[in-house]
Amino acid sequence: MANRLVIAPAPHVHGSESTRKIMRDVLLALTPALIFSIVVFGWSALMVTCISVASCVLFEFLIQKFLLRGPRTIGDLSAVVTGVLLAFNVPSSLPWWIVMIGAFVSIAIAKMTFGGLGKNPFNPALVGRVFLLFAYPVQMTTFPRPVGQLADAFSGATPLAAVKANIISHTDINFQDILFGSIPGSLGEISALLLLVGFLYLLWRKVISWHIPVAILGTMAVFIFIVGLSQGMQGEALWEYPIFHLLAGGAILGAVYMATDYSTSPMTHAGMIIYGIGIGVITVLIRLWGAYPEGMSFAILIMNSVVPLINKYVKPHRFGVK
Amino acid sequence: MKTFPKGGVHPSDNKLSRASAVEVLPLPEVVNVPLAQHIGAPAVAKVAKGDQVKTGQLIAEAAGFVSANIHAPVSGTVTAVEMQPNGQGQRQMMITIRREGDEWAEGIDTSSTLVREYALTPQEILAKIKAAGIVGMGGAAFPTHVKLTIPAGKKVEYLIINGVECEPYLTSDHRSMLERGEELMVGISILMRALEVDRAFIGVENNKQDAISHLTKLAAGYSGIRVVPLRVRYPQGGEKQLIAAITGREVPPPPGLPIDVGAVVCNVSTTLAIYEAVLKNKPLVERIVTVTGRQIKEPKNLRVHFGTPVSSLLEAAGGLPEGEVKVLNGGPMMGRAMSNLASPVIKGCSGITVFAGPSAFRRGESVCIKCAKCVSACPMGLEPYLLAKLSRLKLWERLESEWVSNCIECGCCQFTCPAAIPLLDFIRLGKQEVGALVRARAAANASRK
Repeated sequence: MANRLVIAPAPHVHGSESTRKIMRDVLLALTPALIFSIVVFGWSALMVTCISVASCVLFEFLIQKFLLRGPRTIGDLSAVVTGVLLAFNVPSSLPWWIVMIGAFVSIAIAKMTFGGLGKNPFNPALVGRVFLLFAYPVQMTTFPRPVGQLADAFSGATPLAAVKANIISHTDINFQDILFGSIPGSLGEISALLLLVGFLYLLWRKVISWHIPVAILGTMAVFIFIVGLSQGMQGEALWEYPIFHLLAGGAILGAVYMATDYSTSPMTHAGMIIYGIGIGVITVLIRLWGAYPEGMSFAILIMNSVVPLINKYVKPHRFGVK
Repeated sequence: MKTFPKGGVHPSDNKLSRASAVEVLPLPEVVNVPLAQHIGAPAVAKVAKGDQVKTGQLIAEAAGFVSANIHAPVSGTVTAVEMQPNGQGQRQMMITIRREGDEWAEGIDTSSTLVREYALTPQEILAKIKAAGIVGMGGAAFPTHVKLTIPAGKKVEYLIINGVECEPYLTSDHRSMLERGEELMVGISILMRALEVDRAFIGVENNKQDAISHLTKLAAGYSGIRVVPLRVRYPQGGEKQLIAAITGREVPPPPGLPIDVGAVVCNVSTTLAIYEAVLKNKPLVERIVTVTGRQIKEPKNLRVHFGTPVSSLLEAAGGLPEGEVKVLNGGPMMGRAMSNLASPVIKGCSGITVFAGPSAFRRGESVCIKCAKCVSACPMGLEPYLLAKLSRLKLWERLESEWVSNCIECGCCQFTCPAAIPLLDFIRLGKQEVGALVRARAAANASRK
């Protein structure tokens, strides 16, 4: 027989999943929100995204080639995802060189220092974002007005910042605006609705499970509701309080796309829920009593540091073990 | 629909030969019959070079309790009792018989007439099963009489007949259920008598609707037998998963056994062999083997006598495709790749699956992205990424405390891994090392006493 026999241990078939396909799905899920952002903020939103993505890919390529001297990894698209997420977390008016610095911090410091994909303990895009927030606080908190309709009451400030500064009350805000995204804010966080559409896509494609996003958003809602109750809110004002906090700011972007980053989140479903509750609690603490109007980034980074501990102690139910 | 509690994957089932009725493969000219076709001690040869044997005659005797008798699969002359390479190229003792005609030993009923009547005690049934050399034909090849010997103090509550056949491609159990349903029912009632249990459940994956409706109709004529359709999900037919799906009970980790939760599981083909052994006096000398693969011309189900070279099964299915091929003893999830196609079909061989060209090779491995898909896919509640990592680091004690010995080697983790990491390779290695560790510890304890 003119055959060469191939030998390998089982299993001999493989599912269709690959790292690249997963990253492509995440990018697809983010696309509606990006398109909306371009419509609302104009071409500058696209520019910021392109600069961020290109810089992330370039830095990873250069580091992998000249410093780590490993195989080329940019093909797995993870640097592209980091680039898009970083862009989603900054104002569309950010100067190009600040975007590049953010990309450098994300990729060079937060990701490649630890060995690259799968090894970084902190979410790279968020490390970049928080660095920029400390280094360039003015540029990072100046938000352009959306093109078109907008309630003038809080132009330039995000709804969260305006409510925090007691300029307005959350009941003054038109819920349609924060749901659809006609509000000032970071480039990709404004349209809660389109981010949720992406969430459904990721669930359908089984890229992520519901545990982390639902734990975060559920915890925030319950916590805020209790706070509202203790402050004597009633009726519509009380019910709108948690909804406002879920839709405004980066809650959905963070819960669905940032906190679920594979290498910086727990490996078991029970662990994911603990991690999500932690993020929800810390976010609310910062939003209501901290110095910043938004606490999602800090909350995720703080809980990232707890992930190894969660993985060590929270184990799946072992089959047959009582 | 019932299913096991956690994990699993859904590979495309590729049951190419599901509609092909079982064909009888002509008897080969020469058979090689290994003495170790089962888990446990190899049988001891009772014949020598030059002996004349008839089909069904005992040629090797079980060596102890956990072992199994072996019978001549063809009639003829013994030409050798010597070491020969098996499918994986390892040398083991085999009896070679040159076939002369087709003459069966006395007292064996080879007709297809259905027999239903018997007046045997459980002990007599068990003795017949043991004499016939029956082992688990789903692949594990564990001696059936050992499985059916219930330890003192334990009680059987559930007899479960495994007709799941969750391995992709394989259809031998499916065809058996369709073509020999009546005999299967009698076989089940024999098992119920032997185990003194009044209910039996036949678990069948829901992609075999024809078998489910056929068996449900037949089961109506027998008291206590119920067909349970199960969700299509691999490894639904794993013994522990099947028990959990049907009874809701979880078999404890090794050394725990199904009987610890009151269950005994028996495969469909094994049950048919029991019917033949008990009511037709026929020892285990043949079985149904699926020969299949996307590049195989005529995937089919063949009735084959043991000792027949795998190559003649492949020829009967249209031959191997050109070039690089992977030939598996078994299905794609748990089958073993063969390096020797002249090696014989044995009791545990339910299928020969062929992959040719690129599908014969693994995908290149990339880095772990901690996606946790392996953790979700593991039906045993393990963390495959962690086990593989600890195994690479040779941290055997840590591996033991992470329950590596509970792994059933189903391959779900590796199947689902987006980075195509050979997780199971490393877990298997770890399991072996931990097993050796546990045995050494037990030996040390024993010698101290």
